[in-house]
Amino acid sequence: MTMNMTLLQIPAAFILAPLLPGVINRTKAFFAGRQGQPLLQAYYDIAKLLRKSAVYSRTTTWVFRAGPVISLAAVITALFVLPVGGSAAPFSFTGDMIFLAYLLGVVRFFTVVAALDTGSPFEGMGASREVQFSVLAEPALLLSLAAMSLIGNFHTAEIAPSRSLFMSLSEIYARLTMNAWAQSGTVLLLAAGAIAIVLLAENCRIPVDDPTTHLELTMIHEVMVLDHSGPDFAMILYAAALKLWIFCALLAGVLTPVRSGNLLLDTGAVMVGIFLIAVGVGVIESIMARLRLLRVPQLLSGAGVFALLAIVLVLRGQ
Amino acid sequence: MSLILTAIIVLCASGLASLGCGRIPGRANAIGAAGTVLGCLIGLAPAAEALWSGQAQALHMAWPVPLGSFHIQIDALSAFFLLPVLGLPAIAAIYGKTYLAAYSGKKNLGASWFFYTILVASMALVVIARNAVLFLMAWEIMSLSSFFLVCFEDEKEATRKAGWTYLVATHIGTAFLLVMFVLLTHHNPSMDFDHFSAAGMNGASISGLVFLLAVVGFGTKAGFMPFHVWLPEAHPAAPSHVSAVMSGVMIKTGIYGILRILTFLGHPDPWWGWVLTGIGVVSGILGVLFALAQHDLKRLLAYHSVENIGIIALGLGMGVLGMALNQPVLAVIGFAGGLLHVLNHAIFKGLLFLGAGAVLHETGERDIEKLGGLMRRMPVTGALFLLGAVAICGLPPLNGFISEFLIYMAALSGMGAAGVSLSGIAVITALAMIGGLAAACFTKAFGVVFLGEARTSATEKAHEVSAAMRFSMAILGLGCVLIGVSGPAVISAMKPVLETVTGYQNYDVAACLAGSLAPLKHISAAAVIFLAAAGVLIWLRRWLLSGRNPAESGTWSCGYLRSSARIQYTASSFAQPLTGMFGFFLQTHQEIEPVEGYFPSKGRLHTDTGDIFTRNLYRPIFKGVERFLLRLHWIQQGRVQLYVLYVAVTLLFLLVWNLR
Repeated sequence: MTMNMTLLQIPAAFILAPLLPGVINRTKAFFAGRQGQPLLQAYYDIAKLLRKSAVYSRTTTWVFRAGPVISLAAVITALFVLPVGGSAAPFSFTGDMIFLAYLLGVVRFFTVVAALDTGSPFEGMGASREVQFSVLAEPALLLSLAAMSLIGNFHTAEIAPSRSLFMSLSEIYARLTMNAWAQSGTVLLLAAGAIAIVLLAENCRIPVDDPTTHLELTMIHEVMVLDHSGPDFAMILYAAALKLWIFCALLAGVLTPVRSGNLLLDTGAVMVGIFLIAVGVGVIESIMARLRLLRVPQLLSGAGVFALLAIVLVLRGQ
Repeated sequence: MSLILTAIIVLCASGLASLGCGRIPGRANAIGAAGTVLGCLIGLAPAAEALWSGQAQALHMAWPVPLGSFHIQIDALSAFFLLPVLGLPAIAAIYGKTYLAAYSGKKNLGASWFFYTILVASMALVVIARNAVLFLMAWEIMSLSSFFLVCFEDEKEATRKAGWTYLVATHIGTAFLLVMFVLLTHHNPSMDFDHFSAAGMNGASISGLVFLLAVVGFGTKAGFMPFHVWLPEAHPAAPSHVSAVMSGVMIKTGIYGILRILTFLGHPDPWWGWVLTGIGVVSGILGVLFALAQHDLKRLLAYHSVENIGIIALGLGMGVLGMALNQPVLAVIGFAGGLLHVLNHAIFKGLLFLGAGAVLHETGERDIEKLGGLMRRMPVTGALFLLGAVAICGLPPLNGFISEFLIYMAALSGMGAAGVSLSGIAVITALAMIGGLAAACFTKAFGVVFLGEARTSATEKAHEVSAAMRFSMAILGLGCVLIGVSGPAVISAMKPVLETVTGYQNYDVAACLAGSLAPLKHISAAAVIFLAAAGVLIWLRRWLLSGRNPAESGTWSCGYLRSSARIQYTASSFAQPLTGMFGFFLQTHQEIEPVEGYFPSKGRLHTDTGDIFTRNLYRPIFKGVERFLLRLHWIQQGRVQLYVLYVAVTLLFLLVWNLR
């Protein structure tokens, strides 16, 4: 049974991920009193783009064409170490959180390089901001995951010399029960807060970035993919949906501590959690304005401070 | 043992032969390059054997130097360092033969090859010497030969200044080493390394002092902040294949020195680990920040060496902490990460310096802002530079990720132990920030130099470099991939090295490593998944686009059809958000002529990020020393009679002293 669920997680992500932008958009439409686009709009977009040809700038080289391919491949690989709630990932090993974070780094590196390949000033500007914010987002993500790995473990372990306190993502998430929330709720809340901020920043969401417009000089992520078209752009949209899925699953795993042992119930709860987070993102986008660019580093530093505080609390014994 | 001596002799002999052919540049070039490759290959054999068998080999010969003896030994640690010390210079020599050909007739190539071979031989001797006198002599020859290599283009004032800075810095470092060795020989009759054992170091205070002296003395060579100031001056000034060897290998002899001294000092104190971790955090973050603010491609790479030395120091810091607190897993994995990063950095930094050299060779330009669009003119160089850039950012599936992953693991696994938590948090935060900043820096360097449109006419004339130069870079690129996908095998092979460094007898090093092997196996498997996924997607994309005739057009720029290369984002503007955010550390100097009026004619912005330590620490100190010495100027009158008097007085004084 466990094996089956584990293997089903990846197809589930493949199929369900493009639903997340749809949920967010419908939530925003509801707040604006509009009908909104169909829930399945992202699927239609991807299907249409796959049927189209492409236009390439004469300035570009193979780097521009490789960008979407490598980004999507890296996101797919990241799915292999991603636990969904208490159900383990196909690959789980000590330190897989670092592997996950660095695979997302690969996505960023190649998106930025592909953007620079066009020689366009807009895309250069977006790329520049993307790398700036990642410098602050990456420590926040890793520290909050590290804090969660230490919960409950730190006290019980009488530090045997050969024993490592450090775990895989799947083990960390398996231990995030109701009990863990009761005992170290503050730490989990701080870590979840940090992950939530990183989620918004890494997936180009308000209040960091605005996914709805392409050309305002304030944009970050959308502006980097201006020149992509056809199947390349389909891959970019799909990779973005999967990346959003990864972050929603990381956050939902903390916020839905249902670990009953019944895999259907547990996984079902996390899936509901994932889509509720998407609704939450939609709500934030509806009720908040974009921050000024100069404020974004402060928000991300805030996430880092949350994560740091979480670790300090664990190490000091809550 | 005889093989390594043969290697050193071959190196020196080919250097001398090359010097003799100084008038005929072609012959000097061929002899120098061929001799280096031959010598290095001969020398690599005993190193590989020592690593494979784990057995140390020694040679002891009498040597009529006071306190000295010709004692050399290849143990696992020496063998591990011999791999980059002999491997990279051999590859760089193949490259250098073509690279230097551009200077034939203008420069004495024989002399350049002479110092190059001497540098390689002396570096090999440094890592196998087992006597302090022999070690210091090799160390000094290494410093001097590299000084002459830096001063290759001595007609430029900047080069002479860089050489001078390097010479002063390296000798200040050596002075600390001299004091350190004197302290080590305190109770010993001989200066043989065998006698510097933990037994003689029972006084804790003196071993702490020896450690600090080693960190300053060897750290100056390695480029620890704040002793790094010579590095961003000297590395850009040297010819590119020499930069690759200096940055990739020579500074690592400093790391070797620290590790060798640690084996003499026995059980370390925890604060040693904290010192190394602190140095690692400072060097790592500030190194990459200063790299980000540079406009000169080679200077940028030089600052990145400071960053990578910082990462290595983080690994060593974790290792020392693990030993001090009896956490063998922490110790073994920390040292494994640090040591593997030594090898990895040699490979990708070598590759990047050779790539930068190729750009310089073709365009004559080191200023990033004046380059651009080289990917279409130099596709192989561009692709390999991209590979090196991905590797140095520590991204999977290449080699940089493996060593950084091990250091992360050491930090995370040690978090629970008292005394490690704070440094563990510092290491994780620093590595994550360094990762983000390095990605910013190398997307900037690669993106602005190789992508987009050419910014100047010099760039438009560039062509792909010769086959020999491409071959050298390709071998290094292959190394990045191979180590990246074969992590478990590489780590298993390092077991004897780690046994030598930790000196563990009561713990099983293999068992400590076992915890890191399983993750590395998974990472290798995931790398295969990644490559397979990329392969499938490439095929899918090609299949979808076949028969659809993708159209070509200009880059979309808001409706402007004829955009010029000058509207592209520049390297400075790309880095500006980050350099602005960390402006407090960088203290960038700006000259602005703003754009004014309704019909502005011209504006100008010039930024220059000098080193804060040079400006705020060393310059005031050296100014003070100079002022003090000027006060003694009255002694120097310039009259011969007066000097004869000084000599006579000194002799008289010594005579009286002796009769006392």
